Amino acid sequence: MATTLEYAQSSEARALERRAWIRKVVFYTLDYGLMIFLALFFLFPIVVMVVSSVKPDDIITADMRSLNAFIPREFTTANFSCPDYQSPGSLCSPRPGENPGLFERLPFGKIFFNTIFVTTSIVVGGLLINSMAAYALARLDWPGRRIVLTIIIALIIIPFESIAVPLLLIVRELPWLTGPNWLNTYHVQIIPFMADAFSIFLFYQFFIGIPKDFDEAARVDGASGFTIYRRIIVPLSRPVFATVAILQFLAYWGAYLWPLMATASGGFDIQPLPVAMQVFFGQAPRQWGDVMAFASLATVPVLIVFLLFQKWFVQSVASAGVKG
Amino acid sequence: MAVHVKARSGGLQRRERYLAYGMMAPAAVLLILFLIVPFVMAFGLSFTNQSLVPPLETVVDETTGETVQRQKPPTVIGFENYQNLLRIHIFTVEPLVDEQTGEVLRDETGGIQYERARTYLRPERLEELFQIDLFGTRYLVGAGDASFYRSLLNIFQFVIIVVPVQTSLALFLAILVNQKIRGANFFRTIYFSPVVTAMAIVAVLWFFLYNPSDGLINNFLKVFNIGPFQWLEHPASALIAIIIMSIWQGVGFQMVIYLAGLQEISEDLYEAASIDGANRLQQFRFVTLPSLRNTTLFVAISTTILAFKLFVQVDVMTFGRGGPENATITPILHMVNEGFRSAQRVGYAAAIAVVFVLIVLAISLIQRRVLSYGDH
Repeated sequence: MATTLEYAQSSEARALERRAWIRKVVFYTLDYGLMIFLALFFLFPIVVMVVSSVKPDDIITADMRSLNAFIPREFTTANFSCPDYQSPGSLCSPRPGENPGLFERLPFGKIFFNTIFVTTSIVVGGLLINSMAAYALARLDWPGRRIVLTIIIALIIIPFESIAVPLLLIVRELPWLTGPNWLNTYHVQIIPFMADAFSIFLFYQFFIGIPKDFDEAARVDGASGFTIYRRIIVPLSRPVFATVAILQFLAYWGAYLWPLMATASGGFDIQPLPVAMQVFFGQAPRQWGDVMAFASLATVPVLIVFLLFQKWFVQSVASAGVKG
Repeated sequence: MAVHVKARSGGLQRRERYLAYGMMAPAAVLLILFLIVPFVMAFGLSFTNQSLVPPLETVVDETTGETVQRQKPPTVIGFENYQNLLRIHIFTVEPLVDEQTGEVLRDETGGIQYERARTYLRPERLEELFQIDLFGTRYLVGAGDASFYRSLLNIFQFVIIVVPVQTSLALFLAILVNQKIRGANFFRTIYFSPVVTAMAIVAVLWFFLYNPSDGLINNFLKVFNIGPFQWLEHPASALIAIIIMSIWQGVGFQMVIYLAGLQEISEDLYEAASIDGANRLQQFRFVTLPSLRNTTLFVAISTTILAFKLFVQVDVMTFGRGGPENATITPILHMVNEGFRSAQRVGYAAAIAVVFVLIVLAISLIQRRVLSYGDH
């Protein structure tokens, strides 16, 4: 009697356990299935781009009809470079004179440098200028401090798009040491964007939270205001420096509207990647291999940087949301 | 002694003040010169006929008596730019009548033949916005700048679709990668990766994928017997195509903001809810959503403002035209085309910018009101 009851109980328990197990398996299968499906949606354009960039130009479009779109079934570097494309025996271009690579068609290295130089200058200059302003606002006592802070917070909502045209008129008239005006230069892409109201606000939020005791102690030791900024506040504020740097990088790395207007007649010597891409894309003949090579070289390095520092990227964006 | 201390602290205060001015100065000068001045200028320019390259005029120099060529200075024209931009006129279109019989002319299928829109629009220098038949009468709506109204219509469509879809997709993705399961970080990285690509670059990539005859997307949909769609080549689908790629590129950003919001919700709340017998869906409805209120407010408002600025992907994918048939033109694209590209009417472009800023401000104020309704 006892054994039968025990047996019945345990079999019931086992059935329950099994049902729970099945439910778990079904749940996780669906869960992972969904996540993988979404991952494919976010990844497929990038994979197609990279794979197409190393394929011969004449099979790229045809391969879009099958899974071959994702397989580099024939490998070539001709889309990137084909130095002997004009000679009859060219290895990378079957028809002589017809298929130059990306590097033969435009100075890609220079364009890449332009983007890196402009973006880095905005980020580094911005870190210094905006953190100093925020320090003055958060930790120094001066008349007008509150009103200046209010104005800066109000400036955050001005969309750049609405001031682009008047800004163009301004830089057209501004003098510069080495040229008649600011058009088609590096500094026209850099200087107007170094000071940033939202960056000042992020620094301000962080600086205001650092206990005043730190300054007092330093002041007793005879440190002046600027030394406190440099020796105490900046080292304590690494996370917010990283946040501002990454947000500014994301904002200006793909800058398009302003460089389009301010470097319109400057050519590839001065234009950044997005503008050069627009120009290159509009040029005949449009060879998808070259276009994909351009897109890959412009995208993959940043993706690698992102993968290396992804924890920082994610934290920065998250804190922009929390603070904003 | 006390006097001495006071004097010293007064000196310190003055030094602190000078230091503050010094540290504030670079940012202040740059913000004034490159943000505040152009913002004020945008208002001022919108009341002038300033053009990018002023036309030349021939004048007689008063001192030498010689004729010289100089750039024509812009003149103040009051609200003319705004009038041209916003002017709208509704006409009742008369049917064509046979002059002898007085009967209304009909075409082969029996439809009434109407006068051509041009006869109404041309004398008023208007462009056709649309025609509509209401209660047996045909109405014709003409606008001073039909492209501008079309751009407003497009951008409202874009915002109304993108904001809810992108916000809820972002929340959904955040919940997925917030699970305490293996690989969550891996998927988070993948979903975020399009955010670090440059929009102008990936716009070209999507142009390739959207190709109607041999693009990857149509070939993929063919497997499920869907399509083929004309995507960017057809007015009905062009904006949808822009919407899909915009969400693809941008949603990871909002996902990460939601992720931060999710991680701030205390575990205790979920425990309490499950003790009360709430299932997963109820937990989401009564714990997650209310706790994410502020995050949602921020995500919705910032996505709205971003969406209103739509420009880069449209400019690249439609070669600056906002086509086909203005189906993807946006206020910013129209502004760039008017002020910088074809007509180079800077004053007119400034008027577009002013109207744009006012609309964006109004929308985000209304949104703040509506979404925070019930907050105390």
